[in-house]
Amino acid sequence: MVVFSLKKHTLTAALNGEIDHHSAMQMRTEIDRAVRETPVSLLILDFSRVTFMDSSGIGLVMGRYKLMSELGGEVAIADPPAYIAKVMRLSGLDRLCRTVSIAKPLDLTEVTNNAENKA
Amino acid sequence: MPKTKLKYFNEMSVTFSAVSENEAFARAVAASFISELDPLVSELAEIKTAVSEAVTNCIVHAYRNIPNGSITMLIRLLPDRRVYIKIRDKGCGISNVAQAMEPLFTTAPEEERAGLGFAVMKSFTDRLTVKSSVGKGTALVMEKTLQERLEREDNGSSEANSSAKSRRKPRSGTPMRQ
Repeated sequence: MVVFSLKKHTLTAALNGEIDHHSAMQMRTEIDRAVRETPVSLLILDFSRVTFMDSSGIGLVMGRYKLMSELGGEVAIADPPAYIAKVMRLSGLDRLCRTVSIAKPLDLTEVTNNAENKA
Repeated sequence: MPKTKLKYFNEMSVTFSAVSENEAFARAVAASFISELDPLVSELAEIKTAVSEAVTNCIVHAYRNIPNGSITMLIRLLPDRRVYIKIRDKGCGISNVAQAMEPLFTTAPEEERAGLGFAVMKSFTDRLTVKSSVGKGTALVMEKTLQERLEREDNGSSEANSSAKSRRKPRSGTPMRQ
């Protein structure tokens, strides 16, 4: 359900399929285990392969934001589909974490969807 | 011949166990029933999300300490592309509906609930009404009017040249980006 890749201190968690209350519980366990196993300063949640998300996904991101804050790290959201970006905007999540695109190399990543940039 | 509004009427109802596996089932059922109206991809996504939120509320809150709960979902396709969705449980009920509907309010923070269920339902549908009585359960009604996809036939005028094909209007909704 979650595919991880680690590069230096950046952990990318690629989420797959539908995120609801049922699947979020499992994703949460998998991500938390991976974060605690290795020293991570940036956790990127890759949403590009997520086909559905309700507010459980918001809870999932907020929970990981809390965990990373405790560990002195940061959370970023990568490539959410348009409709999922809408749910995130609705919740103000885009103000909590930056949205990045990981199609490009990480160093060149720009903030693509912060609240200030909204047209 | 008279064209009755009821021509488009359709209804279905399904009852299922209040277990989290059925969240995906409920929104899949809703989506496939509504697909008869040929909704936009974005409208379908909004309805699926709203249904998912409502059903999750029943499972996480209404039947929190009550085993073997059941949820009933009723969907009606009304005239003028109106969709009526009623989701009912016989769980614990909500003592303060107004407070429950406030964004970020949640009674289950340990489950990592964001407290946004009602806010999402409200913004993805046109109308949301919640009736609840403590100890008896909650009935939630959502209504949404889908965007017009076919041109209306002019009543009585001689539109002989309008073939079935040309009545088809191009998609008018905002396309999903990306």
